[in-house]
Amino acid sequence: MGWRLTLRPYLLIVPALLLTCGILYPFGLGLYYTLFDFSASTPQPDMVRFENYATVFTQEAFWNSAWVTVLYAVGAAATETVLGVAVALLLHRSSLVGRILEKILILPLMIAPVIAAIMWKLMLQPSVGVVNHLLKPFGLGGVQWTDTPTGALLSSIAVDVWVYTPFVAILALAGLRSLPTSPFEAAAVDGAGWWYTFRRLTLPMLWPYVLVAVIFRFMDSLKVFDIIYALTEGGPGDSTVVLQIRAYLEAIRFQRYSFGISYTVVLWAVVYLAAMVLVKRLGKIQRKAAEVK
Amino acid sequence: MDTHPHDRRRFLALTAAAAATPLLSACGAGFGGDDKKSDGSAADDVTGSFDWRREKGTTVKALLNKHPYTDALVADLKSFTEQTGIKVEYDVFPEDNYFDKLTVDLSSGRASYDVFMLGAYMVWQYGPPGWLEDLGPWMRNSSATAAEWDQADFFPNLLQADQWSLKAGAPLGQGGQYALPWGWETNVVAYNTEVFRKLGLRPAESFDELRDLAATIKRKAPGAGFDGMYGIAVRGSRSWATIHPGFMTMYARNGLRDFTVDGGKLTPAMNTPEAVAFTEDWAGMVKQGGPPSWTSYTWYQCSSDLGARKAGMLFDADTAAYFQAVDGASPASGKIAFHPGPKGPDGSLATNMWIWSLGMNAKSRRKSASWLFLQWATGKEHLRKGAITHNHIDPVRRSVSQDAAYKNKMRHLPGFLDTFETVVDQTKIQFTPQAQFFDATTSWAAALQEIYGGQGAKSVLDDLAGELADKVD
Repeated sequence: MGWRLTLRPYLLIVPALLLTCGILYPFGLGLYYTLFDFSASTPQPDMVRFENYATVFTQEAFWNSAWVTVLYAVGAAATETVLGVAVALLLHRSSLVGRILEKILILPLMIAPVIAAIMWKLMLQPSVGVVNHLLKPFGLGGVQWTDTPTGALLSSIAVDVWVYTPFVAILALAGLRSLPTSPFEAAAVDGAGWWYTFRRLTLPMLWPYVLVAVIFRFMDSLKVFDIIYALTEGGPGDSTVVLQIRAYLEAIRFQRYSFGISYTVVLWAVVYLAAMVLVKRLGKIQRKAAEVK
Repeated sequence: MDTHPHDRRRFLALTAAAAATPLLSACGAGFGGDDKKSDGSAADDVTGSFDWRREKGTTVKALLNKHPYTDALVADLKSFTEQTGIKVEYDVFPEDNYFDKLTVDLSSGRASYDVFMLGAYMVWQYGPPGWLEDLGPWMRNSSATAAEWDQADFFPNLLQADQWSLKAGAPLGQGGQYALPWGWETNVVAYNTEVFRKLGLRPAESFDELRDLAATIKRKAPGAGFDGMYGIAVRGSRSWATIHPGFMTMYARNGLRDFTVDGGKLTPAMNTPEAVAFTEDWAGMVKQGGPPSWTSYTWYQCSSDLGARKAGMLFDADTAAYFQAVDGASPASGKIAFHPGPKGPDGSLATNMWIWSLGMNAKSRRKSASWLFLQWATGKEHLRKGAITHNHIDPVRRSVSQDAAYKNKMRHLPGFLDTFETVVDQTKIQFTPQAQFFDATTSWAAALQEIYGGQGAKSVLDDLAGELADKVD
């Protein structure tokens, strides 16, 4: 009995340990490779310590990519949050139309983002795309959606918004449906208006749900690759080369493996820090929401 | 008695040890390849008289790109197995993912695939790390190579395109033979005969004429019954593939170089005054006569626009037009003609090529069988069959290009054979061989997009040259 008692706790943590190792192994290996000048032209690489990181941070291309990544992530996450919450509020009024729309709303989430991007690429095509065709009666039929730097970035954000707004809406809707009814009944009895109720009751209580959506969408948008690559390949010029695309080009296309991984490690650090800040904020908001309830 | 043997310190020590094990093993794992290197070629092991059935019972694994040339190969594989007793297993990937798959596979140092398709530019990337088998020793060994394979029958410029000394800037045609020409594409102008006839136009003989022609078609074609037609389809996506067809062909015809080489040192030459002027003119041509949404244009869009009667001309691979021109392939089929394209100021018809080649994995454990496959796939019999009964056009062998049945098949395409024969000897790789080719040309495409977007050509190309000077150094 003694050895069983001794062993049991360790056996219980084996699955978690294996999972952790499965995550740590490639991650550790990646970190280790960044300390070398490993590329296709150096089959026997030298240890260069932190030289790759130093090069990354001194490259103009990195700062351009970092800026584009932040613009994209903030733009996409903010738009999706506002639209998602708005859609959830509309659907929350349960009507037949609302219930039907709820089912339709989820459709973009069932499409792989890369397919969505290709689909939009066709729809945004200036001469044969359906978007310009629909805009033609308003005199806007000749828009070159992805041919200008601003247009390409906004188009990419728009595709992200199209794919992921339903995700935010579904989370927000779940949150709305779980809110207690009594504070709202009390507010109604007191004659509070819709805007006042929304500002003072709905939003504070809904914040924890919204923030979960924001955390997911912001982190995912920082790591975006598929939508932008399929839509613009990072162009025109370098205008939509986000960090993930730069890392892919360096590591796979140009075969500078260590350098490419250094980009992803920097991106990981940014996402990790952003997530930490947001999760901390989420804790505070959850506590506040509990007070409102 | 201690009933709690699982204290925190022991747990942490065990966890740390378990987590460190893979990390430590990684330190000794090397960088994805086995370090065993053989001196001398495996071709030396093949002795005696040549025998097609030497490796019967072996299975060769091939990685192939989705392409009409591949379809011709796959359709004829049974003949190879019957002739040699060797089975071929293959995976086919679409072009968007093909080279990433191949790169990752080769860089892993494992021989998942014995043979594969590649372009000559890939030799510059895959050759220096030692991923490609030098086929020279195999070709020179009469025990390994059939007499009827006939190396002299290949167009020499095509064979030379896959031969390199692995030294940056060194010309092609020297050093190891890292792949064999299998199918190729020359870059020419294909045009819609209907719109040319209606507007009374003739193919351009100079670049200035081509620019005017493109603008004229875009301006006049819609009024002549070609709704939405623009002048000229050329690639524009942010990819190396944008640079090598029409752009590099016209660039070379103007006597321009990507790099100058002096004592083995490469200096970017995309920002010379002549190169800046040409690039400005090219971007101007696209603006005035090119496709809408040009910055996303790959060869698929260019080719399909010609077929859909959206483009009056196409300056790209002859195959890109051929697949639209054949009977029933597109609304424009039967109305597409071929022309060598504008000459350079000195009458040059220097043309850049894309060459689908076949290579062998240096780590392959079935090299003898793989070599038999490569011989068969680049041999006269299979290539003739591919050219005549399938769409394996642009023969790499002179004998196939002169074959009566092939000529008869291609005769119905106006100008195809004349164009092919005019440019075949002047078509070669116009780039300077160097391992940073993909980085340089992707950045070049991005620069082209910026110039198209209105930025000053000189400053954009100066920046590009500065950036590339550090990378190719």
